[in-house]
Amino acid sequence: MLYRENGQFKTSYRADQQIFPILQDRVFMIGVFILAAVAVPFVASEYMFRAIIIPWLILSLGAIGLNLLVGYCGQISLGAGGMMAVGAYAAYNFFLRVPELNFLIVLILAGLCAALVGMLFGIPSLRIKGLYLAVATLAAQFFLDWLFSRAAWFTNFTPSGSVATPNITLFGWNIDSPVDKYLFVLAVVAVLALAAKNLVRSHIGRAWMATRDMDVAARVIGIRPIYAKLTAFGVSSFFLGVAGALWGFIYLGGWEPLAFNITLSFNLLFMIIIGGLGSILGAFLGTAFITILPLALNQIPTVLGIPISTATISHMEAMIFGGLIIFFLVVEPHGLARLWSIAKEKLRLWPFPH
Amino acid sequence: MKSNLRVKLLRAAAVLVGLACGAVAVAEDIFLPVLSYRTGAYAPNGVPFSNGIMDYYKLVNLRDGGANGIKLTVEECETGYATDRGVECYERLKSKKPVVVNPLSTGITFALTEKAPGDKIPIVTMGYGRSESADGEVFRWNFPLLGTYWNAADILLQHVAKLNNGNLKGKKIALVYHDSPYGKEPIPVLEERAKGMGYEFLKLPVTHPGVEQKATWLQIRQQRPDYVFVWGWGVMNSAAIKEATAIGYGRDKMYGVWWSAAEPDVLPAGEAAVGYHGLALQHSDEKDAKIHQDVLKYVYAKGQGTGPKEDVGTVLYNRGLVNGMLVVEAIRTAQAKYGKKAITGEQMRWGLENLNITQARLNELGFQGLLQPLKTACNDHTGAYSARIHTWDGKQWNITSDWYQADRQFLRPMVQQFAKKYAAEKNLKAYDCSKEA
Repeated sequence: MLYRENGQFKTSYRADQQIFPILQDRVFMIGVFILAAVAVPFVASEYMFRAIIIPWLILSLGAIGLNLLVGYCGQISLGAGGMMAVGAYAAYNFFLRVPELNFLIVLILAGLCAALVGMLFGIPSLRIKGLYLAVATLAAQFFLDWLFSRAAWFTNFTPSGSVATPNITLFGWNIDSPVDKYLFVLAVVAVLALAAKNLVRSHIGRAWMATRDMDVAARVIGIRPIYAKLTAFGVSSFFLGVAGALWGFIYLGGWEPLAFNITLSFNLLFMIIIGGLGSILGAFLGTAFITILPLALNQIPTVLGIPISTATISHMEAMIFGGLIIFFLVVEPHGLARLWSIAKEKLRLWPFPH
Repeated sequence: MKSNLRVKLLRAAAVLVGLACGAVAVAEDIFLPVLSYRTGAYAPNGVPFSNGIMDYYKLVNLRDGGANGIKLTVEECETGYATDRGVECYERLKSKKPVVVNPLSTGITFALTEKAPGDKIPIVTMGYGRSESADGEVFRWNFPLLGTYWNAADILLQHVAKLNNGNLKGKKIALVYHDSPYGKEPIPVLEERAKGMGYEFLKLPVTHPGVEQKATWLQIRQQRPDYVFVWGWGVMNSAAIKEATAIGYGRDKMYGVWWSAAEPDVLPAGEAAVGYHGLALQHSDEKDAKIHQDVLKYVYAKGQGTGPKEDVGTVLYNRGLVNGMLVVEAIRTAQAKYGKKAITGEQMRWGLENLNITQARLNELGFQGLLQPLKTACNDHTGAYSARIHTWDGKQWNITSDWYQADRQFLRPMVQQFAKKYAAEKNLKAYDCSKEA
């Protein structure tokens, strides 16, 4: 009833091709953004910011990056954690060695470093596909893990291999309190998510999708695979690199090489599979599922006041979480984003479905 | 239906009121979070430690009615030894105003070190954590009480040097370490000492969780080091002992750090572990000190014990007791200055910095034979430098050496140098302790 597009006429291509062609969607998204930027800082507690919202936003950015590669271009990658590590260590080293650099520039440089490394490790994708490529990118993950824990220069020769970051100041704005950090992350993620959304609607995104759907056919219609695949690796790694730098500087504040190990790569992959391959919204939903749900499950017994030992709670958390993953994949193999669009379809006909 | 809903609403309201009252009650208590791991690869070692610290807090509540009459409220949070979950636990429990946090993982310690000054919650890392945090001028909020890994490495070297009449020239020492901040901690000291003492130093990392060590021990078979120092945690330790047996490397030439020398490390290896040495963080597996009798009498006899009764007195359980005792003593120290009420994190920091546990106090607390006196200071957040070796005989740990004192003349400059570097990276201004004296 509320959600229908009757009477909204598109009189130009521009109007027809915008990101949200339906007015209600536009209003909804703008509302969500205003809510996130204005209302949330007043409502959310410090715990919400530090332990839930900030990591969720940053990992969503990483998931968007990986989704560009896996979901849109069809190149399976298990090296996402490694790319985040490149971004984090690049940012750390730029910040340490050139202290006068603005943090935004550091972020971009971190992304570019990751993009370079990503393209380098993307070269095998020109020859190998599917699961074989996954194994090749796994090599990238292990190599980068090894590099950052063995090459002491990257960690500025700290004895334990852990690094600590100084506080960030941006044009006199000291990004220190949880709210400041949240607003900064929100701004970066919003800009980059918008960029990603536009990128996948552009000719580059179409080239990626054509390659994903059938690379021979894509070649026949004049898409150069080397160009499509390497740009996908580069852009994806750029996003992951920025996410890695934010993860290190804003969320962790100090980290060990283990922070970016294979578990993170797997988690990112699970996020986009559960959220929905080839969907920007799916990246956000999937990340929420993987990062927030276990924490919620873990706290339910305590909130309800049921006395269970912490060990039992964590076992239950793992069991229920695993069960839910299977449930969602069985109910909707195309991910949470697909569930969302089905809900929207239903809503258009509500309350009189035919 | 209607009345049913009303009942539900009333019940919800009652719960809310209860919660509100609970919050008030908490404000008058001293809140102590316990980050533990009772699941995952490190659970066999995490469980006895957590039981020990929980039992000590319970004992203080049941026997003395709290610290100077202020009840201790304790809440456990499961980290699984994962840094991200540990940080999440910390953030979750922070709203309850904890006076101190024991991360029980070097990785979590590193992460929390960045948060402590802002949150004003001191971090106690008893026998672990970052070694340079012994420097209280830079690391105002970190307390690696009782010993750091650098002390441990130095003491192990002293011991093997003594076995060789003080001369390690031409000897080979291998470090088999957990490839994490924890395992890497001793490396600077072992490298620095290698220059002075003239031994050859081999670094052999083992990746988490440490079940797979074939390649590492193959290298040991080739290189034939004279001694192997084991810096492992959890299943890695017993796996190392088994692998040593498989290649015929003498267990009597293996020395574990104090986290690699407890019952869960040797029992799974069975007979193979006989003769394995380890560092004792002062205490070993004492079972009948007064503190154990108290725990059994006041906690276990009332059915409130956290773990099985048989575990009381195992090495890691004792370490949990010691950790709990140091925390409570610091609370009492702070209360002596700030009044017998619920203290704040800042007051607790002062208490930890001015901790002075004399032999008389140790006897009174029932820790006679487990610990030596300990005294912290503004620029010395460790407070103790001694340890000894204990050896597994198949049934129990036996003390097999005298007390050693870590060489402070040698370690202090290193601590200061690394702390200074940390301060420079973080743009921190070090506190000047001479002002207080």
